[in-house]
Amino acid sequence: MAITTAQSPFRTDPLTGLRIDLTAATLVKVNAVLAVVFLLVGGTAGLLVALTRWPAVHLLPADLFYMALTVHGIVALMVWIIFFEIAVLYFVPTALLSCRLAAPKMAWTQVALMTIGAAITAVAILQGDSSVMMTSYVPMNAAPHFYLGLILFAVGALIGCGVFWGTLVIAKEEKTYEGSLPLTVYGCMVATVIAVFTIASGAIILIPTFLWSLGLIKSIDPMMYRVIWWAFGHSSQQINVTAHITIWYTVAGLAFGAKPMSEKVSRTAFLLYILFLQFGSVHHLLSDPGLSSAWKIFNTSYMMYLAVLASLIHGLTVPGSIEVAQRRNGLNNGLFEWLRKCPWGNPVFSSTILSIIIFGFIGGITGVVMSVEQVNMIIHNTIYVPGHFHGTVAGGTTLAFMGLTYYLIPVLFQRQVIMKPLAALQPWLFGGGMSVFALAIMGAGTLGVPRRHWDITFAGQALGYEWPGLTQMFMAVGEIGGVIAVVGGALFCLIVVGSILMGEPVPADAKNIVAPPADAGGHKEIGAGGFEAPGTFVLAMVLFVTLVLYYFVNFKYLATLWTLT
Amino acid sequence: MGYSFTAPAKNWATEPIERTEILWITIAGSWCLFMFVWMIAWHWIGNQNMANEAYKTTTDTYAKKVEDFTAKYTVRQDKSDPSLPVVAPPPGSDVYLAASRWQWRPVLELQKGKSYRVHISSLDWDHGFSLQPENINFTAYPGYESVITMTPNKSGTFAIVCNEYCGIGHHTMLGRIYVKE
Repeated sequence: MAITTAQSPFRTDPLTGLRIDLTAATLVKVNAVLAVVFLLVGGTAGLLVALTRWPAVHLLPADLFYMALTVHGIVALMVWIIFFEIAVLYFVPTALLSCRLAAPKMAWTQVALMTIGAAITAVAILQGDSSVMMTSYVPMNAAPHFYLGLILFAVGALIGCGVFWGTLVIAKEEKTYEGSLPLTVYGCMVATVIAVFTIASGAIILIPTFLWSLGLIKSIDPMMYRVIWWAFGHSSQQINVTAHITIWYTVAGLAFGAKPMSEKVSRTAFLLYILFLQFGSVHHLLSDPGLSSAWKIFNTSYMMYLAVLASLIHGLTVPGSIEVAQRRNGLNNGLFEWLRKCPWGNPVFSSTILSIIIFGFIGGITGVVMSVEQVNMIIHNTIYVPGHFHGTVAGGTTLAFMGLTYYLIPVLFQRQVIMKPLAALQPWLFGGGMSVFALAIMGAGTLGVPRRHWDITFAGQALGYEWPGLTQMFMAVGEIGGVIAVVGGALFCLIVVGSILMGEPVPADAKNIVAPPADAGGHKEIGAGGFEAPGTFVLAMVLFVTLVLYYFVNFKYLATLWTLT
Repeated sequence: MGYSFTAPAKNWATEPIERTEILWITIAGSWCLFMFVWMIAWHWIGNQNMANEAYKTTTDTYAKKVEDFTAKYTVRQDKSDPSLPVVAPPPGSDVYLAASRWQWRPVLELQKGKSYRVHISSLDWDHGFSLQPENINFTAYPGYESVITMTPNKSGTFAIVCNEYCGIGHHTMLGRIYVKE
């Protein structure tokens, strides 16, 4: 491919053959390292939360618990993830399209704004009068700089999206690539479209709220706040979904030489995200007064579940493409030989496949069921909700990002990953712990245990309530799972920082830790019964049957309740 | 060519779709359509649905309504917390519950199998109405008054737990409903 830029130095990575723009690489590294630092902060806060909600430990006093929970929500759900996403947005178009990064100075502004913004908000929370949770529902009020920090952070993220788009424009103008954009770049582009909508919504609600906290605006309507805030709060999770699914496709290609089963299907599924995923914000408003059922059903069904359909498609095509690649390379026996002989000890692969499984079976199924208007009445604001989104955001997004990080350390930092046996174990610790945590607290949530609650024993309360006997067990098992996940997360941070600082340099003649194998089989007959990916289809049907059964179990439970009309 | 991280084949838009994908999309798409129809249909075939009745109000107006309602139907003070009145409204009547930091007021006494128009609102910040052990959950916020017609189908003592974070006393916020046979 033609290389036309003289002004930007680059190197050709020996591992991947990718042309790495050095300016972009520096910015990718800075954003990724900041991401990992914030993951450590968010994880530490998460540990304190878990150790407080573990009934036998009950570590923190109430005020510090609510403070730690506010920190955990904002840092782990927004700061870590968005810093990492910006790193991906700078890496993907520059490396895959052999292009220089647009407007590096703007990119540095992004780094500064997001860092300063996150720091200001963190200071506001730690000062103690802004323990308002991530959602900061008005008329509960935080200190003005709590909102100001979030606004600066969001402006930084918006600039990051602009730099991504600018880079695409440069690549097009300078003809650094031919044909259509690679699927990975296309997926990132979809994520930025959703991000712009998200950040605009955040600005629309947080700027007035900031002015209100300064006394310049008299009041903010609580319903308006919730509707617009969730267009920001939930949509930001849709950026994550889009980003981590893009990473699934990418790692499937890098690790197995997998090709998307059908570019047309995968790209259409991404397009459905742009069109319909945002409607999901209304999931959070299902049990709110003043909003009609028709409006709720239209939105929370993601417009007739077309965005859910897109996720179900990705959930099949990514493992399906791995199956096809494995079969073409000779692992064509039976239904699951291709799966058994996957590199389960390679953290790049295991993180990705665990992310797919946890996102689908834990985050996905529960998400679809709890977002039914009526079923939501038995789930809303119980601890089931954090159970669900730790399945999507921690088990899904964070784990996928961890897998990509293992791949990028040798490429970007030219260092080998240290402590390989521990690195092989790490995704299993994090994913396994997170799965236990999510499933157990969803059990407690099904029994009604509230989220964001310091003392479910109601000690000393005249009107206290005693939970069913299983509750304590669910909470204990769940929080033990949470602690294991934190250990897995801490190990990740240790391995990343250790590899960057102390990893062996990548030898000049090294082959990549994972590289596309030769497409040996060509077009030879694979699969069974006319299906190229029969194993994946069987697994998808297991997910489908689980979803259908769980859906009706919830309606069965719902039907036993008081009549509500 | 054709990997996720390289340009797709030139004919990507016209390539045929493999059988596994077609079958899956058909199954998944049909289920999606079913879920959409079922959620609407439950409004007719189910007995547990979100009410669509809500009014704009002010915290002062609503506080007055709760006060009048309480004065009219109070039958005794609660045994567990003598500062709280127990209110026993007649079946079919309007019932007013107020959330405030950090209490659900008043305590209600209802009859099993009878319907009540339960009004819910908040007098200050956002709060949660979480009826236990039924596990029925609604949101309450100031300035909006929602009306849900409830018919208890079990008797006993029910707790209202606040499950929307409302500040440092959130975990002390409770209410109670007695349902008589």
